[in-house]
Amino acid sequence: MKTFKGRVIAGGNWEGEAVVSRAGVNTLATFQKSAMANKPEVIVSDQNNPDLFGKNITGKALCLPVTIGSTTGGLVIQTACAMKIEPACFLFSKHIDSLAASGIVLAKVWEGSNVIAIDLLGDEFLETVKTGDRLRVEEDGTVTVL
Amino acid sequence: MQYKMKLTDEQLGILRGEKGETMAKVLKTLVLFGDVFGAEKLVPVTHKQGHLVTSFGIGLLKPLFRTMDELIAAGLKAEGGFTVDPRPIDYENVKCNVLNKLVFSKIMYSMQKEYEAQLAKVGLRDADAFSCTCYLPETGNIPKKGDVLSWAESSAVVYANSVLGARCNRNSGMLDLFGSIVGFVPYFGLLTDEGRKASWKVVVKTSRKPEAQVLGSAIGMKVVEDVPYVYGLDKFLGNEVTDDVAAYLKDFGAATASNGAVGLYHIDGLTPEAKESGEALILPDAKTYVIDDAELERVYRSYPVMWKNPDAKAKLCFIGCPHLTFAQLTEWTKAICAELDKAGRKKVAVRTVLCAAPGVAKKFKATPLYGLLTATGATLTSICPLMYTNNPLTKSTPIATNSNKLRTYSVARYYKDADILRVIAGEEGKR
Repeated sequence: MKTFKGRVIAGGNWEGEAVVSRAGVNTLATFQKSAMANKPEVIVSDQNNPDLFGKNITGKALCLPVTIGSTTGGLVIQTACAMKIEPACFLFSKHIDSLAASGIVLAKVWEGSNVIAIDLLGDEFLETVKTGDRLRVEEDGTVTVL
Repeated sequence: MQYKMKLTDEQLGILRGEKGETMAKVLKTLVLFGDVFGAEKLVPVTHKQGHLVTSFGIGLLKPLFRTMDELIAAGLKAEGGFTVDPRPIDYENVKCNVLNKLVFSKIMYSMQKEYEAQLAKVGLRDADAFSCTCYLPETGNIPKKGDVLSWAESSAVVYANSVLGARCNRNSGMLDLFGSIVGFVPYFGLLTDEGRKASWKVVVKTSRKPEAQVLGSAIGMKVVEDVPYVYGLDKFLGNEVTDDVAAYLKDFGAATASNGAVGLYHIDGLTPEAKESGEALILPDAKTYVIDDAELERVYRSYPVMWKNPDAKAKLCFIGCPHLTFAQLTEWTKAICAELDKAGRKKVAVRTVLCAAPGVAKKFKATPLYGLLTATGATLTSICPLMYTNNPLTKSTPIATNSNKLRTYSVARYYKDADILRVIAGEEGKR
């Protein structure tokens, strides 16, 4: 069991499964195919991200350094939250980027979303956590790899 | 709700709903966003004309259309108006087969017409306002040095910051419009003097003027979201931002912003803040990156070929991402004609599409060169080639481009300018 402490962007208590990307996550490429097809879950369609490609991220903790790509990224996160197909948590090892931050704020203010976002968890967090690990996330930004 | 930043009485009043519930949500979004980045306050947007990244009525973005409806119902609009990124579809100049048309019009961009009507109601400047190069004179959304902006579109933001000396963060779609509506943006990052300082010294030591798109790509991949201060480029570009230099910096910047996440660069002896403050812009612990011919070649060779068949011949070629300037359009037309002439051809060997802002295209169409261009079979459009390649059906088409941004976000293959001319003339691999 290992514990990490990050900064709370959008807090909450949650326990579940991790999906990990070591590289920056291209938001549009990740969500586009499933969202456009109105699927109940997001199966990642970004072929450039071997860590995530083909994996289901809905309802899980997406562990990542930052998001990258098109400046539509924030809107895409908002859309995923509106469709209820978003990851339950976004856990950033680095400082959250402006596009992801926009998405989380848009989802909170305009969709009333309960999505959790914690940043500044540190490089060691991403080195430790593996896809399939169980995580416990607490209101104060504590993340425990169980 | 507790906000971290210091707000004025007027702003607090808006948040309490004194200008309506929707306006309160608009401002709340900006304040919470600024709080994430430690913004100490909101500052007025001084260049009132906005620029929006979201120009496409892509069906999946349902919350976008709902939010726009809410803004319209509340009577909110960007008082200074705004320009917006290019449209996604132009069947006249970028021809598609029936299946592609079906996917574009009925599935991907099914909300285009409705969305453009929404844009008009919240402040779209006019029907010619669709271009990623809003800052060119033909589109005319040109901030002054020191102006605070509420723009999105990464290539426009990096140009405005670096070449014009305006101040703008890399905003996401929707927040660009919100800042233009409420007239304030959070004060952090590239809006601050400290945030505009360089944490990288980039030394260009190439034997000739580097390809703008490859140099930008190399720097973007190295510095990611930091600010680079670039030495050695003024040797090739001079010390004044002429039309040619502006075009070079446009393409260079777009590559830094898409291959990394650069929002501002300084070019020693050339860009306004570098000319004004020089090395005082460089942070004491700045890292150094030296770029010579070998490094540029290494970066160029690292681009993966994402075509289904890497040995295929290109079937479609896009030039102009970001949109071409008038001078670039002129030069490309002359270069295509000369290359075809050299190859003994009258027509392009590969379907070739040049992209430029509506105002630039209109001006170009009034010149004799337009007739020469169309006689080769090449076409001129004002769409966004990225939005074309978003169509999953296009992924099986081998697309060639000289745009590093298009390469990054699609399966298009990158060619240097001289190489793409050979592709267009059917001479690839022959010399």
